[in-house]
Amino acid sequence: MSFLHPEDKHPVPKVLRGWVLPVLLLALWWLAARFHWTNSPLLVPVDKVWDTAVEQVRSGELWIALEASLRRDLIGFAIGVSGGLAFGIAFGLSRLFERMIGPTFHTLKQISLFAWIPLLSVWFGLGDAAKVAFLSLAAFFPVVLNTFEGIRSVPGELIEAARVLKFNRRQWLFKLILPAASPSILAGIHLALIYAWLATLGAEYLLVSGKGIGNTMIDGRELFLMDLVIFGVIVVGFVGFALNWLAARLERRLLAWRGRSVAQF
Amino acid sequence: MSTQQAALELSPSTQSASPKSSHVVAAAVTPQLRFYDRWSPRWLALPFPLFLLLLWYVAARFEWVAPQVLPSPQAVSQTFIDLVASGEMFDNLKISLLRVLLGFGVGLVGGLLLGVAMGLSPVFKDYVYPLFKAFSQVPVLGWLPLLMLLVGIDEALKIILISKAALVPIALNTYKGIENVPARYVEVARVLKFSRWQLLWRVIFPAALPPIWNGVRYGFTHAWLALVVVELLASSEGLGYMIVFGRQLFQLDVVMAAVVVVGVVGYTLDQVLARIEVVLLGWRRSGF
Repeated sequence: MSFLHPEDKHPVPKVLRGWVLPVLLLALWWLAARFHWTNSPLLVPVDKVWDTAVEQVRSGELWIALEASLRRDLIGFAIGVSGGLAFGIAFGLSRLFERMIGPTFHTLKQISLFAWIPLLSVWFGLGDAAKVAFLSLAAFFPVVLNTFEGIRSVPGELIEAARVLKFNRRQWLFKLILPAASPSILAGIHLALIYAWLATLGAEYLLVSGKGIGNTMIDGRELFLMDLVIFGVIVVGFVGFALNWLAARLERRLLAWRGRSVAQF
Repeated sequence: MSTQQAALELSPSTQSASPKSSHVVAAAVTPQLRFYDRWSPRWLALPFPLFLLLLWYVAARFEWVAPQVLPSPQAVSQTFIDLVASGEMFDNLKISLLRVLLGFGVGLVGGLLLGVAMGLSPVFKDYVYPLFKAFSQVPVLGWLPLLMLLVGIDEALKIILISKAALVPIALNTYKGIENVPARYVEVARVLKFSRWQLLWRVIFPAALPPIWNGVRYGFTHAWLALVVVELLASSEGLGYMIVFGRQLFQLDVVMAAVVVVGVVGYTLDQVLARIEVVLLGWRRSGF
């Protein structure tokens, strides 16, 4: 909206502006702890969080928790995405399948994701099985939806062209439908990655057993270790960011073949 | 057109393909389409759920699995009727609805203000956007333990979390929506010598409304999700609590009844927002 402010005469240089608020907040936090503005044990000094972070990294606690969380995350993600792809492709290609299973699927989709956990915990126990089942469910729905949408919005002209070129069934699926639907499918997989990470945390809070970054935070809360909880929040944010970044890069690379002409289709 | 594209980009999951194009594809995909079309498709949806129901009934009837693990369909529907008749369901639903509306309202106002400010003022955006991005990087569930320590597990926790869940997508879509208003529109407004006020209310907000409304719907979905989580984790009333409570007593019939209500209510509220969308954006139709 620069047209509302045609001339940018602000004194602070553009690159520095983003740092102003975080640095101010950090300084405020440091000052509050340094000069004991409150006696609350919740106001831990900044350097104590740093010490906890160093301690967690050095003792290996962090890696154990992260590994447990990420392993579950990826297993559930893989199961959910493969199931979602198979289901979504069948859904997109067959009108009959869509009409028979679709309404049931859309009804089940309405159930708030986390409401599944209590049911899954009865069916799969409180261990890793229930968590992985829940994660796959979280990844499953967005992949199905986006695969379906992607296949259904393949332009009719392309399909006609394929008919003119006398594509056989396999060529038709792998050379036309799936590539044409790939942006939407990849968007679904990207979404699934985000949901799965959210679900990883939820599963660890609600099915408290074993290790994981969510369990670390829950423990920190129960023991009133604010420094540990803050450290956990930062780690969770960072992992989410890293997963997102990775997915976006992969997406861009996988879709690079499309160039610009198809994007304008 | 570009605002529509922006809306599509911001919401990869729920945008549906236009009915026309999907029809064209489907016609080409399945030659048998005509056959199914003639045979009114509605009944095709019935066999599968009926089969599931039958399977469920048989499995419960012959106790293939213990009734604590899978209560019979009759037990679930009976429990549902009892819960509705005793008013228990309604009381819990009311509490949950109040929470979600309050939290969503706070998130909506905050998100719109933040989004509009970031969209209109590049300087404000430069200052706030990086912090906002970092803040939204941690999902609602990540903030939960921290907030539990800070504000306890009372109402405040629920409202804060629900409003955070709603605020992020609303602020983001509002900001992007305003930023993506085509410069051409603004040029036209300048030619017509619109005042700044007219420019905002006649050009920018109407043009940015589709992505903004998308954000509002997303915000609501997230708020509903957050409500369920926070009630599952820390509550002594509400629909989520009913689910946890039923689970603890191994009364899966209560759990299932509450899960169904959560699904139905969430769906209904989303449909209400969809209806409002038709009213709000109806004027666009004539243009396309």
